[in-house]
Amino acid sequence: MSGAALRLDGVACLRGGRMLFRGVDLSLEPGGDALLAGPNGVGKSSLLRICAGLLPAFAGRVERRGGVALCDERLALDSNLALRTALAFWAELDGATSAQLDAAIDAMALGPLSSVPVRMLSTGQRKRAMLARLIASDAAIWLLDEPGNGLDTASLDLLGHAVNRHLAAGGIVVAASHQPLPLAAPVTIALDEYRADDPVEPA
Amino acid sequence: MTLLWLLIGRDLRQAWTSAGLWLPVAFLLLVASLYPFAVGPDAALLARTGGGMIWIAALLASLLPVDRLIAPDAQNGVLDQIAVRGIGEETVVLARLVAHWIGFGPPLMVATPPAAALLKLSAETILRLEIGLLVGTPALAALGLLVATLTAGLRSSGALAGLLALPLAVPLLIFGAGTLGDGSGAALKFLAASSLLLVAITPFAGGAAIRTGRE
Repeated sequence: MSGAALRLDGVACLRGGRMLFRGVDLSLEPGGDALLAGPNGVGKSSLLRICAGLLPAFAGRVERRGGVALCDERLALDSNLALRTALAFWAELDGATSAQLDAAIDAMALGPLSSVPVRMLSTGQRKRAMLARLIASDAAIWLLDEPGNGLDTASLDLLGHAVNRHLAAGGIVVAASHQPLPLAAPVTIALDEYRADDPVEPA
Repeated sequence: MTLLWLLIGRDLRQAWTSAGLWLPVAFLLLVASLYPFAVGPDAALLARTGGGMIWIAALLASLLPVDRLIAPDAQNGVLDQIAVRGIGEETVVLARLVAHWIGFGPPLMVATPPAAALLKLSAETILRLEIGLLVGTPALAALGLLVATLTAGLRSSGALAGLLALPLAVPLLIFGAGTLGDGSGAALKFLAASSLLLVAITPFAGGAAIRTGRE
């Protein structure tokens, strides 16, 4: 995971003819973490998707070094499969060993649910399953969109442990969250300060 | 290469667990058993028109799974999760094309002899049908998949997919049914050419459609 980096340079985002934000700068080195803050609709998820390379930035540059793992609100697990089988597909795609997958499942305390079909899982358990996929992926850059949604206190602690282990191992974490997350001294980006108020002329 | 097999394996498992593999077979056999009721039990007429009927049924059967091919994975975030891992959309569409063809081409070919028996087709016609389907079903699979990528984000995408795909499938139907009564083999060559073209452009066109649909 050494040498991971995430750099945003004057990034702007245009969605549906509206400029959500512009001029966002961020530079994270190994062990660095950032927290995206701001009211609903300010563009936190869009910025995460720009960081993930799923959305093109309207302006500015995005530089990534290291693999990316994204945890958003969508489960992306085959609902009729047992939890471990469904996770194993992604672990194989990531080149993770079965021991790594088991460790990730244990890190999210999902061991007893391994053989339960994904469609039977509760909201919090689904979130933990997505976090287990993230942990197993061994990617350097973690992008977390509301990772604490639906998690109980014990699961939030598990998330905190996982994030801190990742940072200690030289990973990078960018999170968007409304609840307090157990992040140690994150760079906070209040996205409403980057709001672009002047309307954009349609191209 | 292992990546491609992983994706194909998952797509095939999805098709198998959603019982998608039996749908084209059941559809073809149903159409073949209904057709004699509609046109009457005239053996000569059935034998003359049955081959074309099977081609129409194959074409419509290829549209049955279109709304399951891309849309659920796009909504569920599977495509995004794959993209985050740096895997190109073209690879995803290529894997899906292979899996979709395996899930519907060979089952249709297996269902063709019993369907042909219901329509009193000759052994020679059955052979031509099988060769034509072998060459033509990849094109039908590619067309269905292409339309599925284009309509993935839309509501009532199934109906729209049919409207989009059917006009484009007319050449396949003409060449496919043309192989039945054509001794020169020209229709088969045209069918193979259309098939090659569709299979070649689908990964790129479909990948571009998925990327555009993401915004």
